[in-house]
Amino acid sequence: MSEHAEHSLEHANHPGYGTFIKVWVALLILTGALVGVSHLGQTYAVWGLLTLTPLKAGLVFYFFMHLKYEGPLLKIVVLVTLGTLLIFFALLFSDVAFH
Amino acid sequence: MTTHATAQPSYLVDTGSRKGLMAWLTSTDHKRVGVLYLYSMISFFFVGVGIGFLMRLVQLTPFQHLITARTYNALFTVHGVIMIFLFVIPGLPAVFGNFFLPILIGAKDVAFPRLNLASWYFFMIGAILAVLSLFTGGGAPDTGWSFYAPFSLKTGTNVSLAVFGAFILGFSSMLTGINFITTIHRLRAPGMKWFRMPLMCWALYSTSWIQLLATPILAITLVLVILERFFGIGIFDPAKGGDPLLYQHLFWIYSHPAVYIMILPAMGAITEIIPTFAKRTIFGYKAIAFSSMAIAGVGSLVWAHHMFTSGMSSLATLLFSLLTMIVAVPSAIKVFNWVSTLYKGSIDFQPPLLFALTFIFLFAIGGLTGVMQGALAINVHIHDTYFIVGHFHYVMFGGTGFAFFAALLYWFPKMSGKMYSKKAIYASWFPMFIGFNMLYFGMLILGMMGMPRRYYVHLPQYHTMHVVATVGSWFLVLGLLAFFGTLIYALFKGSKAEDNPWGGVTLEWTIPSPPPQENFEAIPTITHGPYHFEQESK
Repeated sequence: MSEHAEHSLEHANHPGYGTFIKVWVALLILTGALVGVSHLGQTYAVWGLLTLTPLKAGLVFYFFMHLKYEGPLLKIVVLVTLGTLLIFFALLFSDVAFH
Repeated sequence: MTTHATAQPSYLVDTGSRKGLMAWLTSTDHKRVGVLYLYSMISFFFVGVGIGFLMRLVQLTPFQHLITARTYNALFTVHGVIMIFLFVIPGLPAVFGNFFLPILIGAKDVAFPRLNLASWYFFMIGAILAVLSLFTGGGAPDTGWSFYAPFSLKTGTNVSLAVFGAFILGFSSMLTGINFITTIHRLRAPGMKWFRMPLMCWALYSTSWIQLLATPILAITLVLVILERFFGIGIFDPAKGGDPLLYQHLFWIYSHPAVYIMILPAMGAITEIIPTFAKRTIFGYKAIAFSSMAIAGVGSLVWAHHMFTSGMSSLATLLFSLLTMIVAVPSAIKVFNWVSTLYKGSIDFQPPLLFALTFIFLFAIGGLTGVMQGALAINVHIHDTYFIVGHFHYVMFGGTGFAFFAALLYWFPKMSGKMYSKKAIYASWFPMFIGFNMLYFGMLILGMMGMPRRYYVHLPQYHTMHVVATVGSWFLVLGLLAFFGTLIYALFKGSKAEDNPWGGVTLEWTIPSPPPQENFEAIPTITHGPYHFEQESK
């Protein structure tokens, strides 16, 4: 691969400012939503944390940490790791939720 | 099998600018790092043995003598911390994994040699901090090795430093895991496909994933304990709205898989030894390889069987009981495959095989008593009794410990270039085996009778079995001293070992004893599976 082609590929792998700003706005909205649901009571706060926070982390992984532009192997590794974590959570909740 | 002369000096020869101890302490050669681990771990092991021996002496009478109750609490804590964190967890992967993994896959070194040496330094720093905790602050921790909250948050003993030591030890474990995974993925010799790797490599690979995925959970949990002790943040302390059961969950999410960190490499070593002395290929190669991965996977999901009596939900107890039963399946696959390998083999009965067979016998008792505890009704009866102590020692000492000894006997001639007295090893085995079973089977019986663990005195009805167990500990220590005495003697006065004294067929037996600095004159090309015995293929 020529130096020019490598440079073009690298350039193509970097999203523009527009994408970053849109993701940033989405993160701000999700943070606002999280603060909002936390005022609705403990149950809502917990479910808000469990759903909105991973969504925010996902956006950061996907755009800011360039997961979107990685090959399938790395994406699979991240999914397996998240899957493992979810199994741990599910087993933990089999106790915590039914105390 | 041919062996190859090499122009390279042995790894034991100092060829750099530094000589002697400094050459060892700064060497990034995986073999030297393995030997550094070996010496440090055996030193810690004997400290642990000494403490265990003392605890057994305390139980020689039903009444308080020799030491105070508080000292007894400190002793069983320190015995557990030293044996688990400084010997059994790092034992086989750090010593034999470091020394033999690159050789077994035909590489010159691990993927990150400097990181490898750094891991040993992390290990030593963690170990020194753990030992320092005995003599500083409020004295030796008295919580047991599991540091259960809320007691660990409130005791005046030096829990914080001991916990911080374990935190640093975790880094050593994670870095070694990263190193081994990368080494196996990237540095296999040409032709060394995944299913041509010796099964020790599969065991180390599975172990490394557990080290990498589970250890951070313990690290974070221990940091939370320290923060709770210093700043009272109230995560685990029920008085502040915290949840002590959460501590138990987080602790065992790591510490149960840690049991598999301890046992999987031991199983890997046994899987190397048995084909060599049966002179035939391993029975069910892929089944053993996949069972290692299955143990690593399912074994990570059974942690709460340590908590059946803690007040955990009924749903969770049912789920974890079921999962615990399932993990016995891949473990049993290995045992059946070892026995099937021996069947109709040309058995060459040598000391490593004796210890490997002892491992299978003792591990089978440990495994079966473990399945008993997986059953909820039995667990409630025997929880927190000597039955647990007996079971744990059958798995960890009878399993990992005897596999460590078997591996040491198997690879000692390769590592040191010296051969030990086989008669002396056989002689040392006898008191070890008899003493071990008197001590730990005695504990199983005591547990079934209802003797609770961690008590420094006992009721008269338990006295006879306590005396049997204590006398057993004397035999066991005698055997251990004879065993290591024989090996130390061989290091200095032993005859020169052949390059392939056992007739093994994996790559380490194709190079000189002790191995040259870069292992191979030229990186080998692999054309067949690892257990390819010529007489078998005729």
